[in-house]
Amino acid sequence: MEPGTLDVSSTRAEFPALHQSVSGVPLTYLDNAATTQKPQSVIDSVDEFYEQDNANVHRGVHQLSQRATKAYEDARAALANWIGAASDAEVVFTKGCTEGLNLVAASWGGSNLQGNDTVLVSTMEHHSNIVPWQMTAERTGAKVEPIPITDAVELDLEWLAARLAKGGVKAVAVKSVCNVSGTVNPIKEVARLAHEHGALIVVDAAQGLAHQKVSVQDWDADFVAFTAHKAYGPMGIGALYGRKALLENMPPYQTGGGMVRGVTFEKTNFAEPPERFEAGTPNVAGAIGFATAIDFLERVGVEAMARHENCLAKLAEERLSEIPGLKIHGKAKHKAGIVSFTMTEAHPHDVGTVLDQYGVAVRTGHHCCMPLMARLGVPATTRASFACYNNTTDVENLFNAVIKVKELFG
Amino acid sequence: MSLQDLYQEIILDHGKSPRNFGELDPYTHEAEGFNPLCGDQVRLMVRIADGKIEDLKFSGHGCAISTASASMMTQLLKGKSVEDALKLVDKFRKAMTEDGDHGDMGELGCLSGVREFPNRVKCATLAWHALKSAVTTGGKVTTE
Repeated sequence: MEPGTLDVSSTRAEFPALHQSVSGVPLTYLDNAATTQKPQSVIDSVDEFYEQDNANVHRGVHQLSQRATKAYEDARAALANWIGAASDAEVVFTKGCTEGLNLVAASWGGSNLQGNDTVLVSTMEHHSNIVPWQMTAERTGAKVEPIPITDAVELDLEWLAARLAKGGVKAVAVKSVCNVSGTVNPIKEVARLAHEHGALIVVDAAQGLAHQKVSVQDWDADFVAFTAHKAYGPMGIGALYGRKALLENMPPYQTGGGMVRGVTFEKTNFAEPPERFEAGTPNVAGAIGFATAIDFLERVGVEAMARHENCLAKLAEERLSEIPGLKIHGKAKHKAGIVSFTMTEAHPHDVGTVLDQYGVAVRTGHHCCMPLMARLGVPATTRASFACYNNTTDVENLFNAVIKVKELFG
Repeated sequence: MSLQDLYQEIILDHGKSPRNFGELDPYTHEAEGFNPLCGDQVRLMVRIADGKIEDLKFSGHGCAISTASASMMTQLLKGKSVEDALKLVDKFRKAMTEDGDHGDMGELGCLSGVREFPNRVKCATLAWHALKSAVTTGGKVTTE
């Protein structure tokens, strides 16, 4: 019996890429935090757009363009509805989380931060929620200060409250789910603390979409960056949620076609959000695939997915903990289905290569979280991350392959 | 290509007990090799006198492949002229990245399996890149 309440085998059957062998053995795909596989429905929706409706959006009067425009805007509405935005205009399509966070740091940060301001960035952040702030800080003179974390890889909320009370903080940048440790951060609580002291909260929800039911209004978040490909959608498409009142007062991030009201050589008037932030031809097929992925999350049930993945991650932690010399990093109270570990005998890269030979795909390295690696005192980890289609056989395959590492290097 | 071909006994041995590992004092040349993709880091210290590598040591952290490769390199290059050392660096880099017969690589032949694992080639060549930087620039540089 599989854990959770999912019909795992029928869900698994929807993913063509899972049904293959690598190194002569069936694939065990546990690199879902890097990118999930795609269900047939998502693949078909992208194909169908190119086969039937392909046209540019917002600029043609012909039928195909009207169909493409409607599909693109319907996708925006579906996403706005899924994340609980107050209006569709609060959802800007991007090419992913990274672009969304760069947009906020450059546009909002560039026009709102000054020399004495501070942006607090958690120590567990992905480079994409650190480096854009550093770039903006360089231009504006503002400071970027790390929020410490505990040994269990949880935010130090006491420190955060005390630091906010000291003043000068304009924004707090945190991720909703940690891509290394699986920590589920208390976004609502961080938002409350930030707002109490007049700061905004900027959330990196790259891992969030597939592992938790996101409600931007319940979180009371100001900006939330999403990506589709870590939640069963296509690569190269994401979205930025921004509170309407904030987006309306922000300058464009990129400029060009599709984001203007009128252009003369004397002056250009910009369109209202979200178009203001969508210069150039957007990834229409990607947006449609994104909306189909949202359908999938809704149909299978993201909460059931999260419960299932947590069961598998707990089982993996239990099994791996039996192995002497293996250390699991991140013991947060609230965790999503992600397990990071190191072994005394073998470097993560060697672990990854051995696992690959047994068909087990995991991620090894610093996971674009070098400050977190430094805090954990390791150069890299091996990470197994679970999705709705994984099962207990996958956990056993992982365990058995790690035993092989132990045999080879022990 | 099997795991046993990649992780031969000699690689596991050098990976576990690297030779010439630690700080060299004094040294005349130094370089750091850094693989930004994985965070592997090697610091190479070389003492050169009269165009000859008198001694060399390395420190840092990395996988079995990069540690073993660095360890074997230090053993092979100790006592060699800088000119011969650079020739060997080029020969090794070619053997790691280019198909074909590369002649007798001696002990380094055990690393030939790495070529079948393209994403691990950088692990094997990291220390060698650092060595070349150290002796050709004579300063403190970072290679990627």
